[in-house]
Order: sequence, then structure tokens, then C-alpha cells
Amino acid sequence: MHNQKLLVSSHAPYWHNGSSISGKSYSFMLAALPAVIMGIYQYGLPALGVLALSISCAMIWELLMDLAMRRPVSIGDGNAAVIGLLFAMLLPATAPWWLVVAGTFVAIIIGKQIYGGIGCNPFNPSLVAIAIIMLSWKSFMDFNEALVNYDLGFYMVYPLSAVKHMGTSVLSNFSMTGLLLGQQAGGIGTTFGLGLIIGGLYLILRGHIRWEISLSFLLGVFVTAYFFNIADPDKYAPPLFHILTGYSLIAAFFLLTEDSSSPVNFVPMLIYGAVAGFLTVLIRNIGAFVDGAVFAILLVNVSNPLLDKIRPKAMGKGTEHA
Amino acid sequence: MIKRPFFGLARPSLKHPVVVNREQDSVEEIPLPQKVTLFLSPHIKIDDIILRAGDKVITGQRLKLTGDGKDYLISTATGTITGISEYTGYLGQTCQAVSIEAAGDDQWDDEFNERGKTTSPENALEFFNYLPGNPDFQSLLSFQPPVNTIIINGIDKDLLIATNQLVFKTETESLIEGIEHLKKITRASSLFITVPSDLTAEAEKTGVPVHAVNPVYPNILPEIITKNILGRAVPPGKRCEEMGVGFINAEAVVSLTRAFAEGKIPVDKIVTVINKDYIPVNIRARIGTPVKDILKALNIETEHGDQIVLGGPMTGTAIYSEDMPVSPDTDAIMVLDKKRIVLGSGSHCINCGECVRACPARVPVNMLVRLLENGLYEEAAEQYDLLSCIECGLCSYVCVARIPVFHYIMLGKYEFSRIQSAEESNA
Repeated sequence: MHNQKLLVSSHAPYWHNGSSISGKSYSFMLAALPAVIMGIYQYGLPALGVLALSISCAMIWELLMDLAMRRPVSIGDGNAAVIGLLFAMLLPATAPWWLVVAGTFVAIIIGKQIYGGIGCNPFNPSLVAIAIIMLSWKSFMDFNEALVNYDLGFYMVYPLSAVKHMGTSVLSNFSMTGLLLGQQAGGIGTTFGLGLIIGGLYLILRGHIRWEISLSFLLGVFVTAYFFNIADPDKYAPPLFHILTGYSLIAAFFLLTEDSSSPVNFVPMLIYGAVAGFLTVLIRNIGAFVDGAVFAILLVNVSNPLLDKIRPKAMGKGTEHA
Repeated sequence: MIKRPFFGLARPSLKHPVVVNREQDSVEEIPLPQKVTLFLSPHIKIDDIILRAGDKVITGQRLKLTGDGKDYLISTATGTITGISEYTGYLGQTCQAVSIEAAGDDQWDDEFNERGKTTSPENALEFFNYLPGNPDFQSLLSFQPPVNTIIINGIDKDLLIATNQLVFKTETESLIEGIEHLKKITRASSLFITVPSDLTAEAEKTGVPVHAVNPVYPNILPEIITKNILGRAVPPGKRCEEMGVGFINAEAVVSLTRAFAEGKIPVDKIVTVINKDYIPVNIRARIGTPVKDILKALNIETEHGDQIVLGGPMTGTAIYSEDMPVSPDTDAIMVLDKKRIVLGSGSHCINCGECVRACPARVPVNMLVRLLENGLYEEAAEQYDLLSCIECGLCSYVCVARIPVFHYIMLGKYEFSRIQSAEESNA
């Protein structure tokens, strides 16, 4: 029997376009690189430390969970690393080690694995973690407090809290170009707008994220902020400011587009993005939180299965009596 | 494997080969095999078969399989029946196969010449079930209301295969004659031809209306042709024939011409052999020739762990033994190197939506596969359009998680039909 020539049998199709989950994860990491490098450049070794710890912890939690649940080891697909990377990008560079360990635990175990692993999570895992950290250890996520010892040569007050507490008079401290080039306080990987846009465009062109979601989110933010701004220009910041500050850009390209928690059909993707953008500005302008992106996205994540019910009729359906 | 382009915004674009140059497509003859094996359709049970080992048969002979004479087989060799064996069909069912050991030169049977040469539906059903190119006269003739539109495929249903195009290019004369026979047999009121735009000039010589089809997969699948050309969408779970639209391959039309001109039922099939380097070679082989003999004649080596597929890359069927023969519907034999085999994974659906965007039938594949994985076949059919699937395989082709989606769908369809027939018999 050992010398027998055996043929491999499988079901059609016998071709595949070569895409894979790991390839997709590596593309995400590559796309996040410009913003991450900028973060390391600005905040130095502490930022690198947070990033490295977050990615490795996320992978370790994933491995431990795989072993505990006796499932095939899945860290090779890179998804846990991406979750860790995105989580670290949202954190301030001064986040203590235990915050990162606890956060990645929440992200991987509560955000992803207890639902059944990749593809089964109803929420974006990185955002579940950030939300819980924001609620549990508020002061560590307050960028003004966290970055109090940094002076990078630009106005170091977190732009969104500046506007929220002091009104649009502080806007003179920011220039739109400066914001785009990362001259603002914030998370490790959230401040360099240009880098995030380049990364996002790369992912869109590669087909890893959908332009419908990113564009409709940015439009949602823009339009909502625009109406707030014309209603009370002294209190509410202009739309472009909202797009370039806080978590807006990383949300548009990296967080909102997470596969499992976002819809797949055309119209639902537009609604999903637009509602997320609308809620983001709503929470920022009249809610209790400084940045609304986290809770806005978690809220629309919940609506994803419902939204995806809006779908085109399958071919030949409903034409029987036509 | 065709790689995903670097920029992945658009749908996959899988192009059919277009035959432009005749010289490139010379057809190589495969010598007569020692033994031919003929597959019987799954509904024939071993106890009903009246053929016995040791029976002498001659080429082109119509062999009655069962006592009532309805089921038959066309012998493709002259020799002795050596046995009736079992093989496992696509759905895992046990089917029967008749093996004939060839003894020397062909002697041709006369029955068709004597009483089959009038073009009537009855004769078509009686003699043409095993014609090369696999015309399905059963469905062309027996649906009520009858099939009134017949589309002649000038493009093969799968990629890398260009047999029908080759027929249009090289056998235009006999195609014209075959179309006349087809008209008489089926009495269909309208015929159409589908070809890639490069072949419209040849196709127009036939005098039949021609539709140029962009030769990109899956534009050529029956349901899509029915919708795009005739504007009729096929309801889920129905066949095109129930909508009055039938399909026939150009190769089968030419086989009709040959049958009537020579008074013999053709027994040779044009097969595209796709080697490990994806270079196709056209061969002409006797129906029933084992794959082994063809690979040997073409000096194609296979190793342990390779894959051999009968049919094309999207819809073919992998075989487990090189003894499997060429059937009237075997358009291609594809040999895949073990490095290029695509194996499915056990991963979950990650909900990326690639399949939903690739699906030509707009099936919500992301939801469907979740139900199918859990065996919820009835819900899958009722709520998530299982039966709207037109079986193109693009969902598996684009799946990032490499889930065997197409496999799940075919299993789902099969299980659903079993549930339905169980319900009917209990009702």
C-alpha cells in the first residue's frame, strides 16, 4: 500500500485567487505602518514598548485560548496581531504595561474568542477593549493627563477636549495641515492623518476594506459636523477638524471596516458608515465623552446583522409571476 | 491558479481562451485503448442490468441495459464485455460501469443505419444519449411546455477549454448541416448561437441569429445566458428547460451531422488535456478510454499526491483513480501538480463579503454558508437563496478564509432535495 500512487480528491473549483486571511492581516499591518512609525518617532521608546507588548500579548492570549478550548492554533493567521496592533495604536504612549495586558485580554478573549474566534465577533475586538479601558481606567485614557510630560513642539492639548471645554476659540492653535501631519496629541497611531489616509487607500485599492464604509463614515462625520457648526460656530468645531482629530481617520479605515462586524452589501455598508459618522459627531458634540468614535462604532456594530438584511433579490426571485 | 491582481477592487475576471489561430489547435489522435469503460447513469440498479460478462459487442451497437429496453448504452469498442463494476458517483452514490475489452479493429453496428436515420424525436432519444458533446435530448424533448428556444454553445462552460470554439472555427459546414437536423428533431421555434465576438463571422455563416458573449466566466452559464440574452430570469430551483430554453454544445451538433452522414453513431470525443503547466492540448479519444492511457500517450507523468480533474478548473470533478474513463461530457482532463492543489480550510467565514460581490446570482453567500455549516438546509433554502445558486464556484474561488463554499452549497442542495423527497413520500 505504501508505494501506491494516490490522487488528491477535492471539490471544485480547483483554482483559487490566492487570497488568505494571513495575507489580509499582513496588508493591514503594512497599511498601519506609516501611522505607527510616526507614533514611535513622536513618542519614542514608550510607544514602541506599548506596541510590542500589545501585539505579543494579543497573540499569547489567542494561543492560550486556542489551547484551553482545544482548537487549532490560529495565531498564524495574523488576526490576533492586527487586533493587538490596532489596540495599541489607540492607546496613549504612556499606557502602563498592565493596562496593555488587561486590554488585550479583553480584546482577544471577550472581544473575539468567546464568540467563537475569527469571524464570529459581533463587535470590533480592539474597540471593545478600548471601551472597557475608557470606562474602567478613565485617567489613563485621558490624553491630556497621559501626555502631560511630553512637549513635542506643538499645542499639546488633545484637540477634541480643547474644543469641547473651551469652544472654537482654541481652533487658532491648530492648523489643518498640522493636524494632517500629526501635530496633535492623541493615541500612538491615531494622530498622523496623512499616514492613515495613505494606509486606508492602500487597503481599499487592494480590496481588503470597502470604500463604501470609509467614505460614508467620513461623509457622515462631515455633514453632521457641518450642521452643528453652522448652528453654533462658537461652540462646535468645523467638519474638517472633526475628520482630522481624535479617532476619526483610524476609525474610517481600520476600525469600522473590520470584516466580521461590518455589513457586506452595498446599501447596508453606506448606512452603516453614515450612521457611525453621525453618532460619532453627536457623542462628541453633545455627549459626555470627548471622542465618540469608539461608542458610535460599537453601536453600529450591533446593527450590522439587521442592516445586512437589506440586500438585493437573488437572481430569478420574485419574477415568477412577472 | 490565477493570482488575485494586486489591486483587488473589481470582481474576478476569468477569461475563456479564444481560438483565433487554427494551427495552434491541431487535434491529436489517441490510439484505441485495450479496454473501454462506460459509465451508466445512477438510476440504473445492478439487479436490473441484463448485460452479462462475456457478451460480444461491436462498435456503435445499441446495448439494451434493462428488460424494458428504455435504458441503453452505445458500445464504443468491438470486443467482449469483461464485467460490470461499481464506481462512486459525484454525490457519493453507487453507480454501475460496463467494461469492454477491445479485440482488434472496429466492426460497426448497422442498427442505426437501418432504422435510426430519420430525424425524429423518438430516434434522438433512442440513439443519441451518448453522443460526444453530451446533448441532453431528454430535457430538450420531454418538458411540458416544450423547449422552444435552443441555444447552441460556442463557448465551453468552463475555463481553459475551447472545444466548441474549435468546432465553429474548423467545422462550420457540418455545423450548418447539424443545425438543420437539430431543427427537425426538436421543432424548436427559435435557435441562437453564443460565441465570443472573434468568432461571430464564422457563426453568422450558419444563418442562425448570433449573440456575441464576452467570454468571461461565468457569462456562459445557462442561467446567465437565459437572463442576459432572452431576458428571462430562472426562478430558484427551476431549470432553464422549464422556462422553455434548452442548450446544446456545438460539438454535439456536429456529432449529429456525423451520425447521419456516416450512418454510424460517433464514438470519439474531443478532450482538452491541461497539463501541469496549464498549456492545453486538444485530443480526440474514444469514449471510455481510461485517463491513464491518454496521459501515457501524451507523456504526462503524475506523482503521488497530484490531482486529476475531469472537466475544467471551476466546475470539474476530481477523480480518485486514473482508470476513470472519458465520458461523453468530459470536456477536459486537467492535471494539477501537488504544489498547486487548493485545499479548503476549516476556518469560519470572516464575513469579508468577497463571495457576495462575486456571486452572479446575488446569493447572500456569507449568511448561506453559516447555515450550511450547521446543517440547516431548509432554512438555507427558504431564507438565504440556496436554490438560486447557479453553481459557478466563484464563491470558493474568491474566499479569503478558503472555505469550500461551493462544496457546502452542493451538499446543501443535495440534502435539501433529500429532505423534500422524504417529505413527499411521507405526505
